[in-house]
Amino acid sequence: MSWGFLRDLLSGVNKYSTGIGRIWVAVVFIFRLLIYIVAAENIWKHEHDEFECNIKQPGCENVCFDHFFPVSHISLWALQLIMVSTPSLLVVFHVAYRENREKHHNQKLYKSAGEIDGGLLCTYLVSLILKTGFEIVFLFLFYKLYNGFKVPRLVKCDIRPCPNTVDCYISKPTEKMIFLYFLVATSCLCIVLNLSELSYLIFKYSIKCYLKRYVKKHQ
Amino acid sequence: MDWGALHTILGGVNKHSTSIGKIWLTVLFIFRIMILVVAAERVWGDEQDDFVCNTLQPGCKNVCYDHFFPISHIRLWALQLIFVSTPALLVAMHVAYRRHEKKRQFRKGDQKCEYKDIEEIRKQRFRIEGSLWWTYTSSIFFRLVFEAVFMYAFYFMYDGFRMPRLMKCNAWPCPNTVDCFVSRPTEKTVFTIFMIAVSSICILLNVAELCYLLVKFFLRRSKKGGNPKHHPNHENKEETKQNEMNELISDSCQNTVIGFSS
Repeated sequence: MSWGFLRDLLSGVNKYSTGIGRIWVAVVFIFRLLIYIVAAENIWKHEHDEFECNIKQPGCENVCFDHFFPVSHISLWALQLIMVSTPSLLVVFHVAYRENREKHHNQKLYKSAGEIDGGLLCTYLVSLILKTGFEIVFLFLFYKLYNGFKVPRLVKCDIRPCPNTVDCYISKPTEKMIFLYFLVATSCLCIVLNLSELSYLIFKYSIKCYLKRYVKKHQ
Repeated sequence: MDWGALHTILGGVNKHSTSIGKIWLTVLFIFRIMILVVAAERVWGDEQDDFVCNTLQPGCKNVCYDHFFPISHIRLWALQLIFVSTPALLVAMHVAYRRHEKKRQFRKGDQKCEYKDIEEIRKQRFRIEGSLWWTYTSSIFFRLVFEAVFMYAFYFMYDGFRMPRLMKCNAWPCPNTVDCFVSRPTEKTVFTIFMIAVSSICILLNVAELCYLLVKFFLRRSKKGGNPKHHPNHENKEETKQNEMNELISDSCQNTVIGFSS
């Protein structure tokens, strides 16, 4: 069980997405998931071992690390990727439900099980709203937990059992900062894609609805 | 989930590329991605652990390492490879869009549609002309731009392509100027030069492909303007033969590439 599962899930979702949805899947795959696995994981691999404090007091380093990194950047990043990808499951489930219904009743109930209309449209819109919501929540969490997206070289720590204020040095701060900014940029791009897909769908279907009503009126 | 996924995504684009494009893709996968995964990651694997400074001052090593390596070579290469591969997606999207349109035409029962069934549409290889030519050419242009930008960034960040054995560091909290020693500098220099050489080859291939496409475009234009009567069947047969040969070559290359894993 690894990221391959997420990849298969997203490939399944791709089938029932709009054009913008497919761009979103490509961005998530290539600029977020692939970057995470190929580059980011290795940067944060030994973050605890390489976190060094200018003190010999046992336990001080552990306590300071825990204070400054309650949840590691990389764990938060992984959580964000998972949470942002799962609302798409709602769409997959709904399509499967439709197909099941058709099979059960042994007749064609829908024009096409994967066509985005009616109930499936609502599910799709809900999944888009959830995705955007999760992105914003995680970006906000990152900002709040780490006081912005900067990673300082030096942090000062004075928690027990550290005897006084102690200098602690974070490893590879510049590289971590570069990748954090990358994460923020791709998150914002995904938010923009989700919002444009949302507006596109709402616009398309309100026009459709309006035209239907207009045609009915004139008949 | 690894570079293999990128290979799957780009493999689809391969069908619609020119011969030079197919060579570029093979060079990318064998001489860059595979080397990165199989060799370079091992060489750079222990880089901070074995980066040693001649001081006991806690924190000095961390700070000096961060000062000299704002972003590791390996990560920069990984980013470069990802960015350089993505313009091919533009072509994939354009082809998918065309296929979608043809399928729609076919479903509507349009008489103009020349396909017998959906499978034929799915398997069809589009020629690089019309709007697809523009998409393809811009994807090559973006590739070139990304390659050049990353090579320049590399040169700028590391003052050339050599990895020195010794670096002198006096960033705080190091007490004075301190000697810091990089692990495996020669091996790293060799790999850096190798990756730069292959990048340059890829740039040359992209430039050649761009020139080829431009020449083909102008030839086609002049042919259309000068000689309206030509033998489409004969041309198509020759081109289909060439396409088949190209596909055989690329398939055999792909089969050797598919075996790797990270």
